[in-house]
Amino acid sequence: MKIIDKAVLGEAQGIKITKLVVLAPDISRKAQAGQFIALMASEKGERIPLTIVDADKDNGAITLILQEAGLTTKLLGKMNVGDSLYALAGPLGHPTQIINYGRVVLVGGGVGIAEIYPIAKALKSAGNQVTTVLGARTKELLILEKELREVSDEFLVTTDDGSYARKGFTTDILTEMLEKGKYGLVYAVGPIPMMQRVAALTKGFGVKTIVSLNPLMVDATGMCGCCRVTVSGEVKFSCVDGPEFDAAAVDWDELVKRNSAYLDKEKHICRLNKLI
Amino acid sequence: MKKEPVDPKELAAAQRTSGFEEVVAVYGEEQALEEASRCLQCKNPTCISGCPVGIDIKKFIGEVAKKDYAAAYFTIREKNNFPAICGRVCPAEYQCRRSCVLTKKGSPFASKEAINIHFLERFVGDYGMKNNLAAPVSNDSAFTGLKVAIVGSGPAGLCCAGELARCGIKVTVFESLHNSGGVLRYGIPPFRLPRDILDFEINYLKKLGVEIRPNLIIGRTKTLDELFSEGYKAIFLGLGAGIPSFMGIKGESLCNVYSANEFLTRVNLMSAYKFPEFQTPVSIGKHVIVIGGGNTAMDSARVALRLQKMNGIMPDTTVLYRRTEVEMPARRLEIEHAKEEGIKFKFLVKPEEFIGDENGLLKKIRCLECKLGEPDSSGRKRPIPIEGSDFQLDCDLAVIAVGLRANQILTKATSGLKVDKYADVIVDPETMETSIRGVFAGGDIVGGEGTVIEAMGMAKKAAKAIIKYLRSLL
Repeated sequence: MKIIDKAVLGEAQGIKITKLVVLAPDISRKAQAGQFIALMASEKGERIPLTIVDADKDNGAITLILQEAGLTTKLLGKMNVGDSLYALAGPLGHPTQIINYGRVVLVGGGVGIAEIYPIAKALKSAGNQVTTVLGARTKELLILEKELREVSDEFLVTTDDGSYARKGFTTDILTEMLEKGKYGLVYAVGPIPMMQRVAALTKGFGVKTIVSLNPLMVDATGMCGCCRVTVSGEVKFSCVDGPEFDAAAVDWDELVKRNSAYLDKEKHICRLNKLI
Repeated sequence: MKKEPVDPKELAAAQRTSGFEEVVAVYGEEQALEEASRCLQCKNPTCISGCPVGIDIKKFIGEVAKKDYAAAYFTIREKNNFPAICGRVCPAEYQCRRSCVLTKKGSPFASKEAINIHFLERFVGDYGMKNNLAAPVSNDSAFTGLKVAIVGSGPAGLCCAGELARCGIKVTVFESLHNSGGVLRYGIPPFRLPRDILDFEINYLKKLGVEIRPNLIIGRTKTLDELFSEGYKAIFLGLGAGIPSFMGIKGESLCNVYSANEFLTRVNLMSAYKFPEFQTPVSIGKHVIVIGGGNTAMDSARVALRLQKMNGIMPDTTVLYRRTEVEMPARRLEIEHAKEEGIKFKFLVKPEEFIGDENGLLKKIRCLECKLGEPDSSGRKRPIPIEGSDFQLDCDLAVIAVGLRANQILTKATSGLKVDKYADVIVDPETMETSIRGVFAGGDIVGGEGTVIEAMGMAKKAAKAIIKYLRSLL
């Protein structure tokens, strides 16, 4: 649970994206693309889930990438190499189904790009023709560009402000791609509005689309039901039934609302800890 | 002259609801002696048959009466590893006390006159703890170097660990959460089971050589096969029940609708009642509704009311139950405590819908009134909703405590492990062995939700079978 490497991958407009490499030999041996861990930064901390971005079995380490947004991610950002997490458990959730879909599009937005990386790598090695479409607010916040370029057959970027590559949103590119070609799978991870737009768009084209959701969790092993999402009208636990779901079937409005349940308390505790 | 039952001291309701301090005090010596002297020492005691693990109740109460508390402790320990815990949480009024000869015939639960066996057990358990009375260790050299893995550190896992460790077997307990104790820690609030009692029992196991490995999810981090290949000769599964049930009604995923597991885990395990010192938040609520009639519902309501008081909110917490008070499965003692603390009860009510505002926040609950019909398969009268009897209650926080289902993380990841239609693990009732040789199970993952003492009873039975199994390998 010791942090053995740390790097700031992107920083701009008050947003900071940080990478932590953490010793977790047992988890690194088992981790598959699409899975996550639950962690506590300190003994009095919250339990939060984070995607396993990379697993290095030889060194017994896993890579986590986080946007310093809430209390725990901000506190994680303040931890240094040599510090230890208080708790770390996993791998959790169903792994991504890695088969040959033919041509696939991976859409990553913001820190969600980190979650795209292990999927892209796995789909590429399963023989898929991988197109990666990344979206960032601005050039400085585009992460894992080099790594994703390496595992993609086609690699495209948009920035909201046009500071790098094409100005606009990932859905602009996705629309053009779906108009022109046939794809076996669209896989999207990013801010909820982005995933929602992708879902609405691909539904029109009838393309199978998977999203990886990031609802609030406590135990993350199915015990509490905090992470419940409504999918096709049914209540699912994201931690044990997901985290991946059919994009077209997710009740996005509910997810947005449930994810905001503690925003006031979060602001309060961040202020108390002088983090905002 | 007939003696009156001795009530233990309790914190006054107003005082206890301002925090999480333990409600019921332990008997003083005089109280214990007086209560023990009420025991008729029946020639053919009926109480013992009411105990799921068959504690020799007559004998231990007789020993208390003779002031031989150590002997009483060892009498209980023969059958029950954690008297200080069970003395606090056992539903005695449905078990030993109901079978006490002083309970009126045909009563659904113990009469007030029944001997307060649980309070005496607790007196003895606390005495044993204070005086460091450890059950005898019988290090059998034949077992030296033999390792057994226990999955889950709840009542079943801890009990099985203790039984095996006392024979000199090297035991490792794997726990998926960051702290051990299972439902004793995340479920039962500290005002019913203080954490120092739980920690004492767990530390005792550690002193016996039991290793506890938190943050390790068997079925995910490691498989059963891997445990065997790491040299564990047998495995005990004390997985617990795990997944909270919901009612499947509209609005159930609104913000501030909690499962009891989530609400209690936030407060008990994550210490959300000490937010922001502890960083996990929990919503408080001005009008709290708790749905269900079991102990978990009582715990949830009493926690919710404490949170209201601790946060300067006028307490308003109501329990909704489909049947009437007499059918409630909760402990009578805890129903009384809840009433004393100001919890309101609405019986014969069935929730139909949670109603929220535009932000997805819970505002109201719509319910139907019920009447009781014929007894159902549980033997309790079936609640029948009355059409057109709809009514609404203000409600900005709801806790659903209507039961649990099996968590399938391990069972689905383990081929060859046979489960029933409820996804509970199937065992040989004599040995608690599962369909996989060398893998045993007990507690809620076998046969669904039960009590702490029932889980311990199964664990004890499994431990015996594991010892026999290990001998067969020698």
